[in-house]
Amino acid sequence: MSETRGFERGGADPLLRLQASSSSRWWKEWAFQALALLAILVSMVVLLALIIDVFRDGLPRLNAGFLTSFPSRRAEEAGIKSALVGSLYLMLLTGLISGPVGVGAALYLEEYAPVNRFTRLIELNIANLAGVPSVVYGLLGLEVFVRAMRLERSLLAGALTMSLLILPIIIIASREALRAVPMSIRHGAFALGATRWEVVTRSVLPLALPGILTGLILGFSRAIGETAPLITIGALTFIAFLPENPLSPFTVLPIQSFNWISRPQEAFHANAAAAIIVLLGMLVTLNALAIWLRIRFQHRMVG
Amino acid sequence: MLFTESLLFFRSVSPVRFLTDREWTPLFSDKQFGILTLVSGTVLTSAIALAVATPLGLLIAVYLSEYASPTARRWVKPSLEFLAGVPTVVYGYFALFFVTPLLQRFVPGLEPFNALSAGLVMGFMILPMVASLSEDALYAVPTSLRDGAYALGFTRLQAMLKIVFPAALSGISAAIMLALSRAVGETMIVSIAAGQQPTLTLNPLVGVETLTAFIVQVSLGDTPHGTLEYHTIFVVGLTLFLMTLVLNSIALWLRERFRSVYA
Repeated sequence: MSETRGFERGGADPLLRLQASSSSRWWKEWAFQALALLAILVSMVVLLALIIDVFRDGLPRLNAGFLTSFPSRRAEEAGIKSALVGSLYLMLLTGLISGPVGVGAALYLEEYAPVNRFTRLIELNIANLAGVPSVVYGLLGLEVFVRAMRLERSLLAGALTMSLLILPIIIIASREALRAVPMSIRHGAFALGATRWEVVTRSVLPLALPGILTGLILGFSRAIGETAPLITIGALTFIAFLPENPLSPFTVLPIQSFNWISRPQEAFHANAAAAIIVLLGMLVTLNALAIWLRIRFQHRMVG
Repeated sequence: MLFTESLLFFRSVSPVRFLTDREWTPLFSDKQFGILTLVSGTVLTSAIALAVATPLGLLIAVYLSEYASPTARRWVKPSLEFLAGVPTVVYGYFALFFVTPLLQRFVPGLEPFNALSAGLVMGFMILPMVASLSEDALYAVPTSLRDGAYALGFTRLQAMLKIVFPAALSGISAAIMLALSRAVGETMIVSIAAGQQPTLTLNPLVGVETLTAFIVQVSLGDTPHGTLEYHTIFVVGLTLFLMTLVLNSIALWLRERFRSVYA
């Protein structure tokens, strides 16, 4: 958002306050601001409480052994090795599938597709798909990938389901990045005799790339935390080995956490909290990467 | 490509569609529930979530769009984004092991699994969505409208309540609809914290089962392909899909209307 906004409207403030101070209007104004600040405060307190709660419960369990052990019946010996590796593999596969497809679809819709009823329909579909609950994607994955394509409860089935889930996010973000590239750049390239393919690959894509990458990362960070669709395709099982190939069964961090949360023993709840800390750590890293890219992007557009 | 995807989706669900016509038959009766039981659980938790997210979200949106200094925005917005990015399984943990014990101190008779804490936490999950989409709507209201109000001697609050807010109302309603649809489709918080006892009730203190939690419950067991239970999750999934589709369509329509006024 532009910074001048707050400034412009803030600029009118002293005058208004002077004008209003003679009546009760000033008090109402003050009370409303206090109420709004309270709302922000409440949200921040909840966020802090969540983080503190998880760290208090999970930090004592977080050690090297926890990261390098397989899940176990005994809470003290259990670890997240298979879940951590599973999460990384799932991300990798999901990225390989959804990245090219999502960016390709965005390129087609922005740069190639004619504007007609059909593309309008596709756009409406993407907007609607983004609002479909993730558990419904899980049902779709169960029916199409697990049953019809006979992939069973494999890493590949999970990655394909996740790809469907995050494709709308990636497409919408990539299209916005492509749209932000000024038309004059395309016109300039065309004027020099470039074909559409050359315009897209040499002029448009490099400029839109940071924006597209940000969209990809946001999509991945959604996928890394998703649990429901993977449970639906049946990925919640006891996995005490590393996946060997895309057709191996697998487990991931959110699923391992959910498994531990649903056990009655307190000790497993601490394990869940520790797994959640690792998960949050991965998410913060991904988001930091996205923010860094955004900042870089802004600099390049200005300079 | 996405068109075929949605086709695929309908193809996977439509064999089940005829089952919806007889949802009161052995399909449910031997498990002793009808779809309304699950719908009531979903409606209850979503209503609680909305009761939290709407007032807080709107206050934050108004503050960010009309009052906040650039510094405040720089701090509040990323925090909200983080709140939106927390995995739902983490919210579930928080609801079950922090919010419920906390509430039990004040609310007598609160069961370990209950709709209240699941709904409350879900409210904070959808709050960033209400706040940021409403802020976009408020921002889209032309500054000339505000200037006109100020010129007539309105205070900022009066301009906000009487001019800007009504002008942005369809955009704000769209934001609330989208957030509601998100709450209806939310799965992990309710499966973890609201319990899995289907009860036809609007009492927030007891455990309920939502549409989504039922799908998880069945998926956790090793349900053989083609059995009655296997079909029920698709019927429930279809119900869920239709509910969110209606909400999303209303939201898209409202947003279209909002855009056509200020485009």
